[in-house]
Amino acid sequence: MLKISKEKLNGLYSKISASMPLYMPLKKAGEANYGLWADGEESALGVLKTVKSPKDLFFPQSETMMKFKTEGKSIEILDVREEQKPFVLFGVKACDFKAFDVLDRVFLAEPVDTYYQSRRSAGIIVTLACSRPEESCFCKVFGIDAAEPAGDVTTWLDEKYLYWRANTEKGNALTESVKELFENGGEKEVSAQQKKTREIIEKLPFSHLDLSRFKPENLNELFDASEWESLSEACLGCGACTFVCPTCQCFDIRDFKTNEGVIRYRCWDSCMYSDFTQMAAANSRTTQLQRYRQRFMHKLVYYPSQHEGLYSCVGCGRCVNKCPQHLNIIKVVKTLGGKAHD
Amino acid sequence: MINENLIPKIGVITDIRKDTPDVKTFRVVGTDGKKLFEHLPGQCAMVSVPGVGECMFSITSSPTNEEFMEFSIKKCGCVTEVIHSLEVGQQITVRGPYGRNFPVEEDFKGKDMLFIAGGIGLAPLRSVINYIRHYRKNYGKVVVVYGARSKDDLVDIEEIRTEWEKEPDFEVYLTIDRPQEGWNGHVGFVPAYVKELGLDPNMTAVLCGPPIMIKFTLAGLLELGFDKSRVYTTLELRMKCGIGKCGRCNVGDKFVCKDGPVFRMDELDELPDEY
Repeated sequence: MLKISKEKLNGLYSKISASMPLYMPLKKAGEANYGLWADGEESALGVLKTVKSPKDLFFPQSETMMKFKTEGKSIEILDVREEQKPFVLFGVKACDFKAFDVLDRVFLAEPVDTYYQSRRSAGIIVTLACSRPEESCFCKVFGIDAAEPAGDVTTWLDEKYLYWRANTEKGNALTESVKELFENGGEKEVSAQQKKTREIIEKLPFSHLDLSRFKPENLNELFDASEWESLSEACLGCGACTFVCPTCQCFDIRDFKTNEGVIRYRCWDSCMYSDFTQMAAANSRTTQLQRYRQRFMHKLVYYPSQHEGLYSCVGCGRCVNKCPQHLNIIKVVKTLGGKAHD
Repeated sequence: MINENLIPKIGVITDIRKDTPDVKTFRVVGTDGKKLFEHLPGQCAMVSVPGVGECMFSITSSPTNEEFMEFSIKKCGCVTEVIHSLEVGQQITVRGPYGRNFPVEEDFKGKDMLFIAGGIGLAPLRSVINYIRHYRKNYGKVVVVYGARSKDDLVDIEEIRTEWEKEPDFEVYLTIDRPQEGWNGHVGFVPAYVKELGLDPNMTAVLCGPPIMIKFTLAGLLELGFDKSRVYTTLELRMKCGIGKCGRCNVGDKFVCKDGPVFRMDELDELPDEY
């Protein structure tokens, strides 16, 4: 294990970004979000939760897919993508890192989404263990250890040092390039911190939610549950939960006419919106109850049924913090999840 | 080379046939004059007019047609409205094929087949009916029950009259909703007609049409003794990607674009009622 004193972190960022783009939590307009580090930027590495998850880096909120040039009756398709060069994504928490696994199983499944794939394979991920999880965190429910995230490199931060451990070949290569800034040591401090973090997590209010009823064999029973009505009643359909969610992956594909031809782009979409399933003559989900149910059934039943039991929630708690109506997955799990809540 | 699943091919419209007041059939080939790609009966393709939008349509021509593909498209929304205004020679974009096809080789082979369609619902069935006609020896008797609002709304009526009705061991029953001048055939809704015909419940049935027709026709078939495991239909929901990623065409844990559009009725029974 390696360590670097906190005072030298700017030097580390600057060293990494000299060879490739470095994305990490930055403080901007009072909020912490992932952004491109440059000299003078204010790091928000110590912030527990960025407002948006880092999924943007692999699955941007909006991206141009192709362009069309039309002339008379002819069409020309232009693949306008640039080659993806390696970049570092620094400071990813255990929950957000697990969310990449959830996204991978959708985008990298055959037929592969090459837009996602090219970014994903270019990314070198440096995770950061949590040391102060808070009340809205419930990653433990999904078997995630916030004190020991995976990634190409795992790091831990305390008052004095950042501790660094490479896990993969990509991680080793990155470590080699910055090694001169580090010294050896930190095992003792890291395991002490891990012990403390796990003790906190054990005591968090949502760390022991019961998911036992969310199984593919209960799909229809859960779908027909009368509780969806009261659960969804206050939902405004604003979609904030889907935009801050690290695992929400629904997208729209649209065309935009410009003076230089047509741009086809894709952007995040939300199953909470009334036109999400709108067709010319029909709509399969016309009520907010149906749309609300879709979101949670997808995360807790449909997705696990398609992906060997893996839930499409990582317990980051962003939706718990952001819903203007205080609706969230916790209420759904507590109401429908299993016997432990009775 | 990486297969770019979301980047379409360019197709050229080489023929446009006006089937009904609101249905046109478009013949499409690649820029090299050849068929754009191979498909199986029941599969779909994403067709787009750049700048307007992309929509999923069933490929109505049979895979056995080696020269071109056809799409029968009903004018009912923003994209289809523009498609209807296109002329021969116009280029469009096409990507596919998508979805699960009718099990023509696995389950249909050797069986007596019953096809029941309403309105534009004939489009996906035409592909499988013509496939069966091409490999006629491999299949038993074929019965087609097809209904539309009026005689002018019957899609592909020329092919039905000049080709299908002349096939040996091939029965075609047409019906329209209300009596109309110049129509000597049957009048009445498809579900009632199906019951009236007293069809053999040992046939394998394929239904396609408006949801209300499917619902009542299925009830009628079950009354006649048909088994749900031998009744097929196709679903249609909003789609953007066609490859099970954009997240909107699911019914329960199944994506219509990938796991469908063809479903057996006993499979649909397992899914929540949200389509």
